[in-house]
Amino acid sequence: MMQQSAPSADPLLKVDNLVVEYFVGGKTVHAVSGVSLEIARGETLGLVGESGCGKSTLGRAVLQLRPAVSGTVLFDGHELTAMQGDRLRKMRQRVQLIFQDPIASLNPRRRIGDIVAEPLVIAGMKDPEKRNQLVSDVLTAVGLDPALVVGRLPHEFSGGQCQRICIARALVLNPDFIICDEPVSALDVSIRAQILNLLEEMKARYGLTLLFIAHDLAVVKAVSDRVAVMYLGRLCEVGPSEQLFATPAHPYTALLIEAIPVPDPDVRPAESVAVGEPPSPIAPPSGCRFRTRCPRADQQCVTEVPELRRVAPGQFAACHHPLI
Amino acid sequence: MTDRVLLSIENVTVDLPTPRGNLRAVDGVDLKLGAGRTLGIVGESGCGKTMLSRAVLQLLPKKAKLSGRVMFDGRDLVSLDRESLRKLRGRSLAVVFQDPMTSLNPVLTIGTQLIETLQEHLELDLSTAKKRSVELLAAVGIPAPEQRLTQYPHQLSGGMRQRVAIAIALSCEPELLIADEPTTALDVTIQAQILDLLAREQRRRHMAMIIITHDLGVVAGRTDEVAVMYAGRVVERAPTQALFKKMRMPYTEALLAAIPKIDTAPHTVLPAISGRPPDPTRPLKGCSFSPRCRYAVARCHAEKPGLTAAETPAHQFACFHPIEIEAGVPA
Repeated sequence: MMQQSAPSADPLLKVDNLVVEYFVGGKTVHAVSGVSLEIARGETLGLVGESGCGKSTLGRAVLQLRPAVSGTVLFDGHELTAMQGDRLRKMRQRVQLIFQDPIASLNPRRRIGDIVAEPLVIAGMKDPEKRNQLVSDVLTAVGLDPALVVGRLPHEFSGGQCQRICIARALVLNPDFIICDEPVSALDVSIRAQILNLLEEMKARYGLTLLFIAHDLAVVKAVSDRVAVMYLGRLCEVGPSEQLFATPAHPYTALLIEAIPVPDPDVRPAESVAVGEPPSPIAPPSGCRFRTRCPRADQQCVTEVPELRRVAPGQFAACHHPLI
Repeated sequence: MTDRVLLSIENVTVDLPTPRGNLRAVDGVDLKLGAGRTLGIVGESGCGKTMLSRAVLQLLPKKAKLSGRVMFDGRDLVSLDRESLRKLRGRSLAVVFQDPMTSLNPVLTIGTQLIETLQEHLELDLSTAKKRSVELLAAVGIPAPEQRLTQYPHQLSGGMRQRVAIAIALSCEPELLIADEPTTALDVTIQAQILDLLAREQRRRHMAMIIITHDLGVVAGRTDEVAVMYAGRVVERAPTQALFKKMRMPYTEALLAAIPKIDTAPHTVLPAISGRPPDPTRPLKGCSFSPRCRYAVARCHAEKPGLTAAETPAHQFACFHPIEIEAGVPA
């Protein structure tokens, strides 16, 4: 089994060798193929990768919204993969999800007050006054005025405000863990910074642990303690944010960093650092899945799947020919 | 800068009637672009950048009202008849849209779409058009181009589709290519490839190009000039080097500062711009950015600043209190 960095002796979330597959038209999509990771209490783990790499599937599989083929998900010592029915529902109250499209994730026919109160209703809180108080508190916390907001419908709000409402809904049950799936990708640059700052503020205030899924490395770095890089269903590299960006060990991590457009005209864009496109997860390459685009690939990469290995303190890479 | 002016946008205003009243999408924009030069138009959603490009292409919604002139190669596109416009578009004036899935016809093969464009505008016979199509697909980096001709758009990845859209846009050797958020729908490693491809073809063909984007990072290394738009107006324009060296308009500065950079330390509080852009159906009396601007004074709320020149006439900004400090790129 793949080894994994141990950020603490008692992680809040421990994913072990998780495999998730879809079956489409008689073919198997290898969405997540043996991913192991841990998230310590109070930590933000950033998960980056390009579309189709399995990062969202991984997030959903953690919540058991997507059944795993094999592997385990331990949340606060409880094995979610073995749980069903009421027990799983109860456990899910401690884990919340924020989606990419804030407008699409709010029911357009319901008032904001009801939307934010719904998790409380589902959790069985009967007292409407208590519910209203909690809703009002959490809306204030995310920077909205409850008096002006609760009676209105989602279409009356901008994308940034809708994302604040989604964050309020995620927080209202006072969860321990939030999975943020591309929470700022649909927002404009000037609004993006507001929401990232808000997430950081809420994390401190509510003592949250976050799994922050995004494709934008700079955004991920801004909020994460550690970053995990995913490619075609497998983890390429995991490490502390600063260290990973300063000295990437996996060629794919290096490629991602190089591909970011830098807002400085004196930095000439590196010509064609990226070659090719990700292969289909229906027929992933043998051995290392990145080998078809990797400048360092050789015969070993074709035949042998690289395991995550320690390349520096706290930093692990799955590569036969790491850069460090 | 001795190049002849290819495109001149003169005092262009676009009004859209909406149930909530008139929406001024573009508000008195003046821009010039020389032959073979690259202009970046930067702004957030709703700033009017896409409407401006539609005004140039004369592809505005039917209800839209346009005033001003769009001079392209000596002709005013606004007063041109439909037939002449149709001949011009695709021939000397080409466009690449954000989503290649919507700009390609899903029920026609790649080959049909390319060959159709070539035959329509260049009057080539079928076998020459076919040969040119293969060359074009190869030029935009599509492997096995002959086989691609018989494929449909849904059989290609997003990056490949965008390459096909670029091949179609380049097919008639246009003088001006408008790329409207050409990489927004693509992954970051593919984005770099597509931007490289556009830059390479632009240089090779000595074609003028307008890149419309929300990402200052995309324009920084790849344009000669940048125009920053906010609430329908150009609020700052300058040669790219000059702009990034010394931003004068507080909005441009704030926009750049709000982007997390790759060297931003984890858990840094980002300098966010508070509030949000004004409602375009309720135009403000003063500077549109004044409610969000940290330098705003009474005059900014009462009066609309026009574009004024900085040290050089090429660098213009619309602000009563421009930033004076020499600014590098904030880390």
